[in-house]
Parts: sequence; C-alpha cells; structure tokens
Amino acid sequence: MSIVNIKIEGIPYQVEDGLTILEAAKACGYEIPSLCAFNHGECNAGSCRVCLVEATGARGLVASCVYPVSEGMEVRINTPAAVEARRHSVELLLSNHNQNCQACDKNGWCELLHAAKLVGAREGAYAGEHAETFVDELAPGLIRDTSKCILCGRCIARCQNAHGLGILGFENRGFNTIVSPAENRSFADSPCIQCGQCVSVCPTGALMEHSEIDKVDEAFRAGKHVIVQAAPAVRAALGEEFGYPIGTPVTGKMIAALRRLGFERVYDVNFGADLTIMEEGTELLGRLTNGGVLPMITSCSPGWINYAEYNYGDLLDHLSSCKSPHQMQGAVIKSYWAEQHGVDPKDIFVVSIMPCVAKKYEKDREQLKVNGIPDVDAVLTTRELARLIMRSGMRFNKLPDEEWDQDIMGDYSGAGVIFGVTGGVMEAALRTVYFKLTGKEKDKITFEEVRGHEAGIREASLDINGTTVNVAMASGMRSAKILLDEIREGKSKYHFIEIMGCPGGCINGGGQPYVRPSLLPDEDDDILETYKEKRARALYSEDERQVIRQSHNNPQIKELYEKYLGEPNSHKAHELLHTTYQAKERFR
Amino acid sequence: MGKLQEAAERKIRDICRRYVDEKTPLMMILSDIQNEYGYIPLEVQEVVSEETGISVAEIYGVVTFYSFFSLTPKGKYVIGCCLGTACYVKGGQQVIDRFSELLHIAPGETTEDGLFTLDALRCIGACGIAPAVTINGTVYPKMTASRVNEVIATYLIEEEKAKGVAAE
Repeated sequence: MSIVNIKIEGIPYQVEDGLTILEAAKACGYEIPSLCAFNHGECNAGSCRVCLVEATGARGLVASCVYPVSEGMEVRINTPAAVEARRHSVELLLSNHNQNCQACDKNGWCELLHAAKLVGAREGAYAGEHAETFVDELAPGLIRDTSKCILCGRCIARCQNAHGLGILGFENRGFNTIVSPAENRSFADSPCIQCGQCVSVCPTGALMEHSEIDKVDEAFRAGKHVIVQAAPAVRAALGEEFGYPIGTPVTGKMIAALRRLGFERVYDVNFGADLTIMEEGTELLGRLTNGGVLPMITSCSPGWINYAEYNYGDLLDHLSSCKSPHQMQGAVIKSYWAEQHGVDPKDIFVVSIMPCVAKKYEKDREQLKVNGIPDVDAVLTTRELARLIMRSGMRFNKLPDEEWDQDIMGDYSGAGVIFGVTGGVMEAALRTVYFKLTGKEKDKITFEEVRGHEAGIREASLDINGTTVNVAMASGMRSAKILLDEIREGKSKYHFIEIMGCPGGCINGGGQPYVRPSLLPDEDDDILETYKEKRARALYSEDERQVIRQSHNNPQIKELYEKYLGEPNSHKAHELLHTTYQAKERFR
Repeated sequence: MGKLQEAAERKIRDICRRYVDEKTPLMMILSDIQNEYGYIPLEVQEVVSEETGISVAEIYGVVTFYSFFSLTPKGKYVIGCCLGTACYVKGGQQVIDRFSELLHIAPGETTEDGLFTLDALRCIGACGIAPAVTINGTVYPKMTASRVNEVIATYLIEEEKAKGVAAE
C-alpha cells in the first residue's frame, strides 16, 4: 500500500494511493455530500454529480466519488464554485422528484433530503417539466415509484452483486430514463425474488416495502384475535431504529412494545424454528437412510424459494418440503392454539414481524394455505414495527424488559435463535441430527465450522457416529448458483445445503433497518463492513444464554407432538407444516 | 410471453456464439439481430441473456437507449429523416411532418400495411446535403416537403409492380 501526499483546503494529508477523493476526504475528516456512491465502490456510477469538488490537474469540477487521488493533488471542497455546483446538482435532482416527503415511508432515512440539507437546496430553484412517472404496487413485497427515483443506480448494483440477477436496469434515455425491470414490468411479472436488497440501498423512497400496517389496523378494528410472532433477526436490529448501537439485542423491550401495541399473544418465531428443525432434521435423516434425493436444501428463505422456482425448476425435488418457521407456527396457531382456546381459525389474525420483504409474498402463496386459510395474514418488516412503535407514543428505551407469552408455544431453544444468520439453520439442524444419530448430545454443543456472517459459500465435513455428512452454506443467489450448478451437473458432494436469499442471512434481510453511514455520524466509517457481524453476534449471544440449546429438547415442542402432531413428518405434520413448489416462467 | 420458434432461437444462439471471444459482445450481437430480423423483442433478449450472462434488464436498457434498435417490427421501407442541427435549420422538420401527414403515422411508428416506418434521426453526418433522408440505405439529398409525395409514390409503384409479377 503506497501513500500519496495531498492537500485538502490547503492542509497537507497523507492518504492511501488508489482511494477516490471522496474516500480520502472522509479519512481526513470531511463529509462531501454524495448519493450514488455507495459501500466502497459497490455502486460507482458517478451519475448524481452531488459530490463535485475542485482538484488540481483536473479540468473543471470533478465527481469526487470516482476521481482518484494522486501525488501532490490539491483538493478544494469549499470554494464558491464547488459549493454552488453541489447545490445545483441536488436542486436539479429535486426538480424531477415529487418532494412529498411527509407522506414517504423513507422519511427520516432519506439521503436525498439529507443531501438537500447539507448543500442548502432552495425551494423551486428549477421548476419545470416532470418526467412521466409509474408506480408498481402489484408485487406483495415491493413498491417502485419512479417519481422519487434519482437514477443513482445503487439498486441495480446491489441486485447484481448480491444475486447476479440484474432484475433492474436503466431503460430508455435522456429525460425519459427510468430504473425498472425489463419492459417497465412489475416486479410481480419479472423473475424478481422480492428479497428487498434494492430497498435497503435505495437512498430515497423510490423502492419501498409494500406496507401492511393498514391491514393490521383493520384486523384490530374488526375485533379479531390478533396474534403476533417475531423472527429471530428482528431483535438484533430493531434497536437501531431507536438509537441503540448496531448489534444491541432488544428482545425484552420489543416484547414489551408488542404487548402494549395490543396484540393478544406475543410469540417468538423461534418456537416455529424449533419445529422446523424437528421436521427438517427428520426429513434429512429419512433421505440419508432411504436413498432420497440429496443434497437436501433448506426452505426457510422465500427469496431463495422464488429464485429456485424461476431458475432451477428441475431441482425443486432437492428442496425440503418444510414450510418456513413463521408459516409453520402460523399453521399451529390456527389449529392447535385455536382448538385449545376454542377459537374459530377464521377469527384469528396472525401478524409476523420479519427482517424480510419476501415473506410478504410468501404468506400469500396458495401452497401455504390449510383448507383455504392462510397460515399468516400480514407480514411487517422490522422497519414497519418501528413505525408502529413510534406512532403509539411509546418511548422504546423507557420500556421494561418483558418475556414472551409462555402458554403452549412460549419455550424456545438457542438453536431457534440462530436461524437469523447464515449457517444458523444448518447448525441448529446438526445439533438435532447429531442427537438422532448418536443417541446423545454433542459435548461441545456448537458447530463453529458452519458459522459466518457474509455472502459466499462455506462448507464443512462432519463425522457423526461413523456417518459422514458433507454440508455447505450459501447466502446471496450469486453464491447459491455455484452450488446449484454443481447439483445440476451431478457433481455435488453435499448431503445438506443451507441457502439464504440475502447475503449474510436474515440479519441482513431486505426488511431490516437501513444502514446509512451518512445518516449515522457517530458510527465508525466502516459500519457497512461490520454491521452484519455485529447483528450476528447479538444472535449467537442469545443462543449462549439459553438453557435449552437443541430444538428436540424444547419441552413445549415435545408436548405439541405428544398432544397433537404425533411424530415428526406424520400425516398431521405434513398437512400443517409441509408444502410444495412449482417452477415459474421468468417473464410471464 | 410468446415462445420463439425453434429455428429462430437456434439462429439467435448462433449469432451470440459468433462473439464469444469478444470482451463486450452485446452491441455486435444486437446489431446482427436487428439487421437479420428488423427488431429485438423481449423473447429474443431472453435468449441473448442466457447466452451471454448479461441480465435481460441491461439488454433491454441498451435496446431502448439506441434508436437504431427496435422492440417492434419495422416496415419494409424504413424512412429516416435527419433532424440534426443542419438538417433542422434547412427544413428537416417540414419534411418529416409531410411524411407523417401522408403516411398517417407519427415518427417511430409503422404503417398498418407494414410497408413504411418513419424514424427521426439525430445527425447522420450528411450536413452538406441537408436536409437528408435515407430510405433503406438510399440517400435522398436536399429533400423538400414538396418532393415527399413523389418519393413515396416511387416505392408504392415498385410494390404494385412486385405484386403484378407475383400474380403472373
């Protein structure tokens, strides 16, 4: 790594060669407003022109996000020309933006609004023609509103980097340019997996989750039995919405908040996760011993299921037939719980709090209904839960720590908690498979070799009582594709594969709080490098705190099987807890 | 989505494979397909995407960026009216307006009988003969609105002749 000497506003600095002016200035304590530049060059379109500065050796002003530093360069950020140019850039973006900030769900997290403040944008500086706009609300997970799009290209880069999918692209040209799926189609009519990674990186409200807060309000108004269940990854990130440092688990306060929001029961999806392990572990053992289709692949992530159905219709036999944990738990609530409490399933409204937007799509799947009744009625993201809490008048940090409702599905094991991170489902399953194969618990309960928190592929080979089990974990479809192509070519050596749609797993789901360095001035600059690890650590620490750490030792799970389901993979279990898949045409 | 005929799909795959050694083959592939078929619909873009690994959205973006590429079939005769600065100053707008009026189509559209497509072009580099019009590669220099009728007539007469020959 070589060092170059530069000057910023006449002050000499030494910075790493190869950095852009924007990065170098940041290292020297400057925050040049920028919009399209994102995540250390993940998006470097240089398209928004908000980060213009003066630099010696360059003609005119340069976009600091793409212009590299060089020896002897003198950078000026605060000259009248540069200040004015940055303001004009933002004003021009605003001139073709609907500016309906008060009714936008990105309010508070909008980087365009933040940039407008930084550069001192004036009202109506460039009043003029607006481009024709489109709103796509057809997909259950996502909304795309071109009236708020600034054409930065971050969503395009993320879809390509995370999944190699490239659902979104620039279309047409000049004033008519839009960012959209091919043919300006809806996400619903293109092979979009609805993971919501594009929503995570969109600096404005152009890409948003499809909010279901109204549905939940309506259920309360209609006097339904409104029951809530929250996924493991939510507790590791919800605190960020209320100013807690990244990676602070806020389980107790979240439960207290949910109870005060009026939910009749407050359950942890970890119970459903334990149930998933019982079913999926049994299915795996069955396939291993009966010559079933291998490798078996997990089916918890609806983004991944979507990807498989669009792109690997020939491999659907490899998917576990298990529903995802919140769907299983929803099905149990509307059958077992309903019977125990003498309630008609039609009067129950199950709300899942998820780190995910694809779950919004998942809950509507026809294959996931039992006797025509959906397992889950509404899915709210972690961010939507934060909005519910904010409007309720509660002060989140003043809430006490409370416990989950304990009746019939309140217990959960540490194995369920770690579902929220890549490798977690695998580890949870292995704890139970180990017990089933050896008849005893593993001395050291954890399987460190399968852990991770980033995109990519990890693999491990385990010897369990003389049985070799080769496993692999992938998150992000770009990685998953490699494992899937191996299976297609008949070269896969694995028995069991865990695939998660989002890079890093649910902790980095498309419904999690935004991670925006420019809006979190107190966080380290490398926050985008570390947030996944921090959130993952929050889940592993909760696992360590649990007394019961294997799904099969959860007493209420045992009770559920004894009283209601019989054995794992029984007829009843199949009716309630398992599902089917169908290949889908990519462009309908 | 409509399905491509097998022969057409094979042909498109062949075109893509001509350029496997190219670093950035997309423009060449799309040019060849445009020349071969006269348009590049989404079904075709999907095949190109499979062959090249470039996403459909990106291909669609390129097709809609360059006016040379078309998403819909073009007519038998493609009339290109230059509206670059020189041609515009010399009356290019009146020429294209007259074509529009006589053929009952707006620029970018194709006549119902599939004979004519009218395109507005940016500078085609023939400023010396402004306003310039090209029809399937034939250049009509220093066009005027009053000559438009006559030019269209020559193509219609050719069509009639071709029909007559076919009838015999």
